[in-house]
Amino acid sequence: MTPQRAGADADPARGRALLELAGVTKRFGDLVANDDVSLSVGAGEVVAMLGENGAGKSTLMKIAYGLVRPDAGELRVDGRPVQLGSPRDAMRAGIGMVTQEFSLVETMTVSENVALSAVGLGRVDAAANRRRVMAAMERLGVQIEPERLVATLSIGERQRVEIVKALFHDCRVLILDEPTAVLTPQDVRSLFETIARLRTDGLGVLFVSHKLREVAEISDRVVVLRRGRMVGDRPTASVDEAELAALMMGGAASAAAAPAGPSQSRAGAVADPVGGAVGLGVETRPTAGPAEARPEPVLRLTDLGVSTGRRALLSGISLTVGAGEIVGIAGISGNGQTELVDVLAGVRPASSGTVHVAGRDLTRADVATRLAAGLGRLTEDRRGSLVPQMSVEHNLVLEDLPRFTSRGLLDRGAVRRHAEQLIERFDIRARPGDPVATLSGGNMQKVLLARSLVREPRVLVVAQPTRGLDVGSYAYVHEQLAALRDRGAGVLVVSEDLDELRGLCDRVAVLFRGRIVGELPIAEASSERLGLMMTGVEVAT
Amino acid sequence: MSLNLLALLGAMLTIATPLIWAGVGELVVERTGVLNLGIEGTMYLGAFVGFLVALRTGSPWLGLLAAVASGVVAGVLMGLFAVTLGLNQHVSGLGLTLLLIAVCEFTFRMLYAGERPTLDTKFDVLLPGVEVLDQHWLTYVAFLVLAPGSWWVLRSTGAGYRLRAVGESFEAADVAGISVSGVRYAALMVGGAFMAVGGAFLTLSVLGSFTLDIINGRGWVCIALVIFARWRVWPAVCGALIFAGTDALQLQLAITPAFGDVPRELMLALPYLAVIVALAVWGRSVRYPGSYLKAHRRA
Ligand SMILES: Nc1ncnc2c1ncn2[C@@H]1O[C@H](COP(=O)(O)OP(=O)(O)OP(=O)(O)O)[C@@H](O)[C@H]1O
Ligand SMILES: [Mg+2]
Repeated sequence: MTPQRAGADADPARGRALLELAGVTKRFGDLVANDDVSLSVGAGEVVAMLGENGAGKSTLMKIAYGLVRPDAGELRVDGRPVQLGSPRDAMRAGIGMVTQEFSLVETMTVSENVALSAVGLGRVDAAANRRRVMAAMERLGVQIEPERLVATLSIGERQRVEIVKALFHDCRVLILDEPTAVLTPQDVRSLFETIARLRTDGLGVLFVSHKLREVAEISDRVVVLRRGRMVGDRPTASVDEAELAALMMGGAASAAAAPAGPSQSRAGAVADPVGGAVGLGVETRPTAGPAEARPEPVLRLTDLGVSTGRRALLSGISLTVGAGEIVGIAGISGNGQTELVDVLAGVRPASSGTVHVAGRDLTRADVATRLAAGLGRLTEDRRGSLVPQMSVEHNLVLEDLPRFTSRGLLDRGAVRRHAEQLIERFDIRARPGDPVATLSGGNMQKVLLARSLVREPRVLVVAQPTRGLDVGSYAYVHEQLAALRDRGAGVLVVSEDLDELRGLCDRVAVLFRGRIVGELPIAEASSERLGLMMTGVEVAT
Repeated sequence: MSLNLLALLGAMLTIATPLIWAGVGELVVERTGVLNLGIEGTMYLGAFVGFLVALRTGSPWLGLLAAVASGVVAGVLMGLFAVTLGLNQHVSGLGLTLLLIAVCEFTFRMLYAGERPTLDTKFDVLLPGVEVLDQHWLTYVAFLVLAPGSWWVLRSTGAGYRLRAVGESFEAADVAGISVSGVRYAALMVGGAFMAVGGAFLTLSVLGSFTLDIINGRGWVCIALVIFARWRVWPAVCGALIFAGTDALQLQLAITPAFGDVPRELMLALPYLAVIVALAVWGRSVRYPGSYLKAHRRA
């Protein structure tokens, strides 16, 4: 690409700063989201950014992409100061970004979305466009039918489309805000291969993640943000995970407590049947192992099916979750997880089969009845489960309005106290009156979790419960789910993160093409076996 | 009794014409997530400005040009309120309609108090004497160019992609490097021009004169049509034809002796009833564009 590259073996373009942020400060009211942050990304360099939920990572990325205007500080591209008034300016300057919350138009097709920023005003040759999009997807190893509406894609599939879209127009700096939060291990692998290839082409990559193992694997340099301030900038080779965790949390975590991050699959996983994620060393599984006698089921699905028109999205799902049991649903997203959770939540009708909670038939019950019957749920679509313009405190009582109303009036004092308690308990970095739309991604997730957990459900259905959570919160959520289980509730966890499932569940069932292709007690569920079942290679019973 | 079917058909096409111009204009605007309740006032403005300029210059062509320009200005005004200032769209649109109608009425009364001026030259029909096809050129353009053209633009051009993206999710459009306010302004200006042509059609083609009740709620009918059509062009055209057909029928029945006893008011209400029925049948459970009524702001 660059002429001076010819000849030299080691990349000479490497190290030349492509994108620089100097002294960037951003305030939201009296909250300082970014405080005098400086950062640079060189050509052919992968910079990973770490930080707790609400540390200001997304805000900084959005500033670099022109989505948020800084209060102070300077941006430089190729050493020249630039003003980024909008993402269009950023794109012109050669910056591309995948945002943490999705930026796809649901009513448009995959290829229309991918091409959105690349087409002119005139006629779009749909066939040629489709071919270009197909080619781009092939290069990145993504297999999604380009004519599908984005609304029909699972969250994981949408994430892949986002990445294709960002790379569709040529950029020299690519910003990825938690791109791996919902990807399967295989997808993370192919994403990393893509990143590695882009790096040799001289692209600079800025990459936000909570997964320390990924950071160690892919990045050249790590920067750490804590409460808006840059607290570390190291070559990846020179730091270990304990040090990074300590930097993120400000020394709160002792080195001994932080050897393993989320998704930190131990090298000796085979020798260790429990294995998997032990966020901050917190052991969340009962040491006794799964109970010998199957506990009495609190959730029973019998021959559940969902179809649209002739297409069966789910069929023959039979599954029980016992009291005091955590059952996992593994599977590559798009294999029926969304539909399963939606049916259980009561937002999509089942076309066959039944759902029983504690012996009561809730197949046709509405959402309120389900909630009242003790069926809690947390769907994968954060935005859809929260009212973004409403405050944190109001979102927290949304499922519990009768409890906070007397004679038709909302008891505002009680709502506020309730919110303050939950904010404290779940360490949500927000004030009760903040609109949920202004929260960081991880904090939105905590609001949702707090709302479901505080109702003490008998059965809790959660999809991707730790998506986007930082190391500390990850461990905390697992602790909370385990505690709920220990109090006698049944928990159904849908996740693409095998380490998470293996660290948390007593049993794992695998979904493939809308069917349960197998169910394993946790001791037999090695990553390899689950991986094979998830791709439909092995079918166990 | 003798219902003249051909005459009915011809009248239907003529009556549908302003609805299609203004309806397509509204549809284009609403596709970007902006509800332009200024439509009634913009049609009124187009009718008035077109008439005034045609009267003063003697040329309906100059009148039409002036009407288009006035529609663009009305669109910019709406953009100022609803896009730049981010004010409530309902209030902005209603305010704009009240303002425009008041200004036009006032000017008309100032200039022609008590008179009833008529144009010396208005647009003539093409193919005079051929029943059904003896329509004004603006009618031909509405059916043969405007409707298919806007359908095609929305479906298969980059401009259409942008419009839809902004209307469905302006966050997504923003991230894709599309200027949300730019697209909304452009749609308001083009849509405003279409609305004004719809109004001017009445003064420059049909009547050759201006009356104070010239638009008479046609803008509001268009608002209903667009929702009924779920923001798609061809259903909107069908809706306009249903309304126009009922209206034409009502006009014919009024002069049919057999229906002489039916109260006139009931007859006049017939087309509006048709719209309400259509909305009740097909307009339920509509999915509104994702960014409908929302103002875009960046931190
Ligand atoms: N538009 C806004 N208005 C007000 N406050 C905001 C806005 N955007 C972000 N914030 C606040 O700024 C802080 C930093 O948010 P940011 O999204 O940058 O965090 P983050 O590091 O990306 O966290 P996560 O890991 O959870 O995604 C948070 O406290 C958040 O509530
Ligand atoms: Mg973030």
